[in-house]
Amino acid sequence: MIWNKSRECLSRDEMRSLQGAALSELVERVYYNVPFYREKMQQAGLHPDDIKGMDDLHRLPFTTKQDLRDNYPFGLFATPMSEIIRLHASSGTTGKPTVVGYTRKDLNTWSEVVARTMTCAGIGKKDIIQIAYGYGLFTGGLGIHYGSEKIGAVVIPVSGGNTKRQLQLLQDFGSTAIACTPSYALFLAEAIEEFGMKPEDLHLRIGIFGAEPWTENMRKEIESKLRIKAIDIYGLSEVIGPGVASECMEQSGLHINEDHFIPEIIDPVSLEVLPQGAKGELVFTTVSKEGLPLVRYRTRDLTRLDSSPCACGRTLVRMEKCTGRSDDMLIIRGVNLFPSQIESVLLEMSETKPHYMIIVDRKNNLDSLQVEVEVEEQFFMDKISQLQALRQKIQSNLESALGLSVDVKLVEPKTIQRSEGKAVRVIDNRKIV
Amino acid sequence: MTIKQLSIFLENKSGRLTEVLETLGLEKINVVALTIADTSEYGILRLIVSDPEKARVLLKEKGFSVNLTEVLSITTPIEAGSFAKALRIFSDENISIEYMYAFSLEKKAMIVLRTEDTEKAIVAIQKHKMELVKGSDLYEF
Repeated sequence: MIWNKSRECLSRDEMRSLQGAALSELVERVYYNVPFYREKMQQAGLHPDDIKGMDDLHRLPFTTKQDLRDNYPFGLFATPMSEIIRLHASSGTTGKPTVVGYTRKDLNTWSEVVARTMTCAGIGKKDIIQIAYGYGLFTGGLGIHYGSEKIGAVVIPVSGGNTKRQLQLLQDFGSTAIACTPSYALFLAEAIEEFGMKPEDLHLRIGIFGAEPWTENMRKEIESKLRIKAIDIYGLSEVIGPGVASECMEQSGLHINEDHFIPEIIDPVSLEVLPQGAKGELVFTTVSKEGLPLVRYRTRDLTRLDSSPCACGRTLVRMEKCTGRSDDMLIIRGVNLFPSQIESVLLEMSETKPHYMIIVDRKNNLDSLQVEVEVEEQFFMDKISQLQALRQKIQSNLESALGLSVDVKLVEPKTIQRSEGKAVRVIDNRKIV
Repeated sequence: MTIKQLSIFLENKSGRLTEVLETLGLEKINVVALTIADTSEYGILRLIVSDPEKARVLLKEKGFSVNLTEVLSITTPIEAGSFAKALRIFSDENISIEYMYAFSLEKKAMIVLRTEDTEKAIVAIQKHKMELVKGSDLYEF
């Protein structure tokens, strides 16, 4: 089943033509409505008339997360606030979150691309889908929600956490599909055993998993433990949220909704566009978005593209499962985290920031985050209760800045490794890519 | 009137305490009294030594986090109940004790204590004619 054959099964030439026209229209729109893009294009000596089609895409400037941060909160919006009807946010590189805005048409586009994603994953109106992604500023929950409603499935907006309730609903409501992070899926699988339930007693047949990288081995584990087909989906709030790309039942690459999000692969160092099939950094140009359209947005995700025909019948270009990033962003329990965010918090607490080390681990399929902080003299007080209070203060400041629970460990000065070149700030003990 | 006590931050790892004491020993600094306040992950080592300023510099050079805290020391006669008598005075005078440690010497018992209000404690000690130990006496041990 294909949700929208008129867009998902075009010939490569038809698609390119469609993209070219949309690109041209987009460039004109952002040039006249977003000062940031107008300046960038003028600096590059470009005018909207210079962009006639896909062959001119490479001439346009890039956009980065830093640009979004520099223009916090609404500086890159292309429509007036009167037309924005939704805001979402995700972690920025330091204190401020990255804000995204949607017009009514954008929300319709979002539902459409997620509807394609659900259908691609084999989910239809007879399904009961349990959405265990967080609902709120995070785009995961609401994104999957609107797309699932569009295809007419029965939607259970349970959100994340509360494992006991998740299991109860799986059992009592007979959910046939589940949406959550892959590590939570494994966590649920083990909880099923602990609660004395059996996977055969449930009605689950499909899971759509994303928001963090996961290996083929993890997929096999999820599929065997939960007795479901585990489908990989890809998205990021800056581009729209979930719905950017999805695996089909063939499970060999994720089809990108490229009529809405034009993909490119670039060399992250030279910024040159790479030929098809080469691995590099994924870049998107969002041609149909109104509220926050982005030109050549650098995702920092590393992958490769394949436009050869797929057995499912879709001609949408496929991306390989992501295998890493070209920056230092971490994903912990589905939440984005930059080491620099932790630095910001520590700097706020004293004039000279103490040495710290982030230790990430995965125990029982749940990511854990520990931050070791050196107790330099300026922090050391001769009272246990004061040291405990300091530890607690660092911990709660970090938790509220990151949106994640953190374990802070106070350590002696000079015990955290120093490096000669770039500071090593993270020890990631998980083996996920 | 007050005594300088060293406090040192130590992780709960083996060898840390030894390293502190070895460093002091090598420079012929005497440890007069010692106590450790602990949590499961770290502790505060508190020391009364014969040369607190020198000890602090030495330990800092070795990379330890060190503070000098002002504490008070009194002596009581070696007889049952003398300690209780001293503490009764502090509680009657509303002096709260943050922490303390005590040990017996040949002819007297010595109490080291940290209070919230050092001035008030000194007044109470003198008023009740308790024996205050001077830093210089202590460091000579």
